[in-house]
Amino acid sequence: MIFDLATVWAGLVAFAVLAYVVLDGFDLGVGILFPLLSEEAERDEMMNSVAPVWDGNETWLVLGGGGLFAVFPLAYAIIMPALYVPIIVMLLGLIFRGVSFEFRWKTRRGKFLWDWGFFLGSTVAAFAQGVALGALVQGIEVEGGAYAGGSWDWLTPFSLLTGVALVVGYALIGATWLILKTEDHVQSRAYAVARLAAPLTLALIGVVSLWTPFLDAAYLDRWFGWPNSAYAAPIPLLVALAAFFLWKGLAQRHEMTPFLAAQALFVLSFIGLGISFYPYIVPRSVTIHAAAAPDNSLSFLLWGAAVLIPLILTYTGYSYWVFRGKVKSAGGYH
Amino acid sequence: MDLTDPLILARLQFAFTVSFHIIFPAFSIGLASYLAVLNGLHLLTGRHVFLDLFAYWKKIFAVAFGMGVVSGIVMSYQFGTNWSVFADKTGPVLGPLMGYEVLSAFFLEAGFLGVMLFGRERVGPRLHFFATLMVAFGTFMSAFWILAVNSWMQTPAGYAINDVGQFVVVDWWAVIFNPSFPYRLVHMLLAAYLTTALVVGAVGGLHLLRDARNTGARVMFSMAMAMLTVVSPLQIVAGDFHGVNTLEHQPAKVMAMEGHYESHPDGAPLILFGIPNPAEKRIDYAIEIPKLSSLILKHDLNAPLAGLDTVDDDKEPPVAVLFWSFRLMVGLGFAMLGLGVWSLAARVRGRLYDAGWLHRAAVAMGPAGFVAVLSGWITTEVGRQPYTVYGLLTTAESASSIGAAAIGASLIAFIVVYFALFGAGTFYMLRLMNQPPHLNEPGLDPDEPIRAGGLMPAPAMEATGNLPTDRGAPA
Repeated sequence: MIFDLATVWAGLVAFAVLAYVVLDGFDLGVGILFPLLSEEAERDEMMNSVAPVWDGNETWLVLGGGGLFAVFPLAYAIIMPALYVPIIVMLLGLIFRGVSFEFRWKTRRGKFLWDWGFFLGSTVAAFAQGVALGALVQGIEVEGGAYAGGSWDWLTPFSLLTGVALVVGYALIGATWLILKTEDHVQSRAYAVARLAAPLTLALIGVVSLWTPFLDAAYLDRWFGWPNSAYAAPIPLLVALAAFFLWKGLAQRHEMTPFLAAQALFVLSFIGLGISFYPYIVPRSVTIHAAAAPDNSLSFLLWGAAVLIPLILTYTGYSYWVFRGKVKSAGGYH
Repeated sequence: MDLTDPLILARLQFAFTVSFHIIFPAFSIGLASYLAVLNGLHLLTGRHVFLDLFAYWKKIFAVAFGMGVVSGIVMSYQFGTNWSVFADKTGPVLGPLMGYEVLSAFFLEAGFLGVMLFGRERVGPRLHFFATLMVAFGTFMSAFWILAVNSWMQTPAGYAINDVGQFVVVDWWAVIFNPSFPYRLVHMLLAAYLTTALVVGAVGGLHLLRDARNTGARVMFSMAMAMLTVVSPLQIVAGDFHGVNTLEHQPAKVMAMEGHYESHPDGAPLILFGIPNPAEKRIDYAIEIPKLSSLILKHDLNAPLAGLDTVDDDKEPPVAVLFWSFRLMVGLGFAMLGLGVWSLAARVRGRLYDAGWLHRAAVAMGPAGFVAVLSGWITTEVGRQPYTVYGLLTTAESASSIGAAAIGASLIAFIVVYFALFGAGTFYMLRLMNQPPHLNEPGLDPDEPIRAGGLMPAPAMEATGNLPTDRGAPA
């Protein structure tokens, strides 16, 4: 059977991670772009554009991490120690930016501190996520069902590159989000940033995509071997299409197109990763099925997920609908 | 303590992050219920003071809840980063329980939180009350699943072990309702209620000392003291049941709590105080009441009680820690009972709102709930040692193989960041509590963004409206 419980759960966990990247990506991006505007009212506007939704966005990270523990305990037990440093750094970054959202409004004297906390926390978290991703792609040393490498194995030129790529990519979707949600000066700055970040993001996607197949022969075969390359070919083509729409949208100052096109780039890159990984959950060492908990654990939780995930999605969609439209510099969405 | 030992560092890191974390839920579980009661009382009686108090406490709730969630995210990753063997082996049992915690509580709670904090005008009072109830129910479900996980680690049941050495589930019902779970759940929920009652009582007492005619302060003080009077004796009874249950399933823990190094074949004394001497395996300068321990634990003066001399040294939990943390918890529990009885006496004599010393005592006891919760958790978790899954998986076997340098550095980073950030959050909460409750308690600051609720519902900061310190004129 193709759609057994482990495959269904792999799909759900992958969906949670993708939802996280797509949703939290733009609000981390807004944090990364924070220093570009120095007027307090403009910073308020930036922060207010993500304030109603960022916390819900971040919940998907908990679901991704928690889901891994719940249904793929072996993968969780291998990946977490292997990526110890980037994971801890990411958590600290997320804590910093999370409380900055709150505390920034609590004080006038200390506001600049929380501005910095928001920028640094967002940037560091994004970089650490990119590094963690790169480290996972390049492979983790596994022996006897446990992580067998050292504390710094994750640190390679490749993982540093993916770290930078994710910061730039999040900055791009952050900028396109600001285009969508703001007006006047903030919006025109966002256009300028997006025009810079878009080619940079595409170049970085290109470099990472070309580098990945040379990390491991299996990746090479997956993308360039026959007949696999025939199945994989639509991905680069769709990336080119998304890039075209992104460029056109920015050039013609559309408001919605750049955001959707930038998000499409992320979704396609994510699918590309899925193609490289499958059927492994820890690349080249542990498959989805080997890592899965027994079926009765998977089905026990699936009942709850089947009821609650649609509820959560409905609620999330409703929140975005409620807070649609432009954010005003003072007063959030009032 | 050897600070170059990765195991010790990993344990310190978990202890530090979880201790910080538990403070916030212990408060928000109780406060969510208090908010539901206030909301319900307003619907029932129509008295505006209940709505004012609701507005007052919901600001504080939002900060506490947010910090609880953020510090909780760290916990969900700690199992993998530092305790990967534990995560792998127990994942099939504990993972789905944690999954339910995330799914049901997190999202439902977060979904209704936005309505509770912002939505009264938009959804009407009845639906708003329903949302408040759902938030309270969400905090309860959160506690339910996490305590099921914790209790299973203390008294594992309903499991089998598969060919790769993982615990797998034979019976979900037995896993969730494992032998210590009902006792722990009741004990912890009552502790959360007491903690909240003490904080509310302290804030009420503080403002009564400044202005005995403040209606909001009078109502909150009266409610908090009534809660304390009723719940503190219940908690002592629940604690006794929990202790008897522990004696049945984890006798070594109780031996360490009691300081019983030796077996007592005909009635064990209750050691009130003394200095544990682990090297000589005795309690120095012990002040004890003969046979009372047997009476409490076995409900029989002459019942024999085994001591740690019947337990192998390498399976003995650290006696000194348990001996002290247990006494601190129990001592504070009786102090809470004392405050409850004192307030009852004042109430009967009609002096509840002008008894200055009672108010001062309530202020002094404000943090007592947190200290008692922490010492209670230290008692039960340190008492689980040297195991993570009691009797089945040792702590040493559970750890990830990560170098001391990485764990030490992350431990220091957590300590610095937690003290700085949660220190600031606690400061902001205390500043809110320092404001007297107003008639027509102000709501949202117009400068601040609305939040949809969610993971960390920032409505939190709507509080600023009446903070003269930073934001200009008070509302």
